[in-house]
Amino acid sequence: MTLLVDIGHRLGALKLEVRFESAGHLTALFGPSGSGKTSLVNLVAGLIRPDTGRIVIDGRTLVDTAARIFVPAHRRRVGFVFQDARLFPHLTVRSNLLYGRWFTPRAERYAEFGRVVDMLGIGHILARRPALLSGGEKQRVAIGRALLASPRLLLMDEPLASLDDALKAEIMPYLERLRDETKIPIVYVSHSVAEVARLATDIVVMANGKVAAAGPTAEIMQRLDLLPPEEVGEGGAVLDMRVLGHDEAFGMTVLGAAAGQMRVPRLPLGEGAAVRVRVRARDVMIATERPHGLSALNVLPGRIVEIGAVDGAQVDLRLDCGGDILVSRITRQSLETLGLTLGRDVFAVIKTVAFDRANLSRATGAVPTSD
Amino acid sequence: MLDLTPDEWNAVRLSLKVGLWAMAGSLPLGILIALMLARGKFWGKSLLNGVVHLPLVLPPVVTGYLLLLSFGRRGPIGAFLAENFGIVFSFRWTGAALACAVMGFPLMVRAIRLSIEAVDRRLERAAGTLGASPAWVFATVTLPLILPGIVAGMILSFAKAMGEFGATITFVSNIPGETQTLPSAIYTFTQVPGGDASALRLTLISIAISMAALVVSEMFARKVGQRMVVE
Repeated sequence: MTLLVDIGHRLGALKLEVRFESAGHLTALFGPSGSGKTSLVNLVAGLIRPDTGRIVIDGRTLVDTAARIFVPAHRRRVGFVFQDARLFPHLTVRSNLLYGRWFTPRAERYAEFGRVVDMLGIGHILARRPALLSGGEKQRVAIGRALLASPRLLLMDEPLASLDDALKAEIMPYLERLRDETKIPIVYVSHSVAEVARLATDIVVMANGKVAAAGPTAEIMQRLDLLPPEEVGEGGAVLDMRVLGHDEAFGMTVLGAAAGQMRVPRLPLGEGAAVRVRVRARDVMIATERPHGLSALNVLPGRIVEIGAVDGAQVDLRLDCGGDILVSRITRQSLETLGLTLGRDVFAVIKTVAFDRANLSRATGAVPTSD
Repeated sequence: MLDLTPDEWNAVRLSLKVGLWAMAGSLPLGILIALMLARGKFWGKSLLNGVVHLPLVLPPVVTGYLLLLSFGRRGPIGAFLAENFGIVFSFRWTGAALACAVMGFPLMVRAIRLSIEAVDRRLERAAGTLGASPAWVFATVTLPLILPGIVAGMILSFAKAMGEFGATITFVSNIPGETQTLPSAIYTFTQVPGGDASALRLTLISIAISMAALVVSEMFARKVGQRMVVE
């Protein structure tokens, strides 16, 4: 799937000027509120008509203002999961789920009711009315409803934003299954680094109605300068690793990648499983020699390949660890005291307990994210 | 007490017939006008709104007289309909139904319009992204959601028809068996000596019908309300 968006649109004070192309499986539109993310997906869905520009999915032109083409929303076969689930209150969960099916040509119906219901774990609530569902259940039904219309592309506009952390944690695995078990390309709007790092294969960073950067997740996530101030603490490298084995005695899982081995809290995955690990920059310490008498278990040798711009008391370092990139955020004072310079060999130190469910996730299949 | 004379029965039957036809006949136009007023953006919208509400503020006699002028045998619309379609309103029960429909129209449109304005349009957009064309969205989302308003509008229109007097008597007079509805019959009985008992009987029936209509609408509203707990 390729999605091409090349749009100019004025919305009140915000001027959207967006051009990007994405062939990713799950493309995250990432940026602070007011950066134009939601308007952009509304444009792709056909809920807004752009002032100028084109939108093309897989060679099928949805909008081309120059050629006066505008395919209305209901003929685009673009699924939409809204932030508020927007279930039809007068229909049962089952009827909500089957709503889009009516309007899908028989030959193009690929979504199977039973499989979608199983995948989302909503089999027990089919007879209920939406008003009686919890927030998490509503959102799962909304995802199912969009999927069962057999869309060519699925748009998700901050589907977790209105849920509390417990519900987010409840839905996240379903989103991972959605990404891994279906072939539908997804455009996922979010302002949360944790969500994007965990789910996205590609990221488009938006700022003030423009594309600030776009690329594979691992590449974009290292660039702390792209993150909104309140989310910088969540930023860091994203590594695709594999389960090498488990240390049952201490309840840990050993992961391996080019950078070396890392120990993380026990994961319920078999040997060889692909794991995506987000290593927050603030969790990475730098040592100039291999440390002794230290509680941190993960010590990875690497070389400083970039010293970022100084941001107040802090500075970001980029380390090359056997081909993998790690990002470390340290104080300017440490930089000076340790005499860290470009090209110097150092050790990155990461506590095992810095990893929790939010930054360890199933990776997409067996392939690293960059291809 | 409730041993009705044939004349009284006629009035009851005629009233129900006129009320039901007035309600059913004005419903499609009522929904259309309510939609236009709630959602439409067009020149003359306030004018349309004013015309629709006119019967509510005009003296009923004036409305009846205007109907007589336009839909009477010699009126422009009345003559056209009689010549081309054989539809005659003047001094027929159909005229009574028309007068009642016109008088109940503002109440019906208002109830439906309010329910349309209360519909969450985001639900309609969601239905659009699921592949429903605007017509399907209306049939499968909007219409079910405004059903309570439509029922309320129908009940109001029917109730108004059951009580309509001034416009009806002005437009189609007071002919027993043809245009003498309950209110006209009650009025007639109060004007003749010894008619008190008949007037009282019809009054009680009138109350019973109105109460029944209210109960039915309440029941329906509750049923719909249970299905859709407002979130």
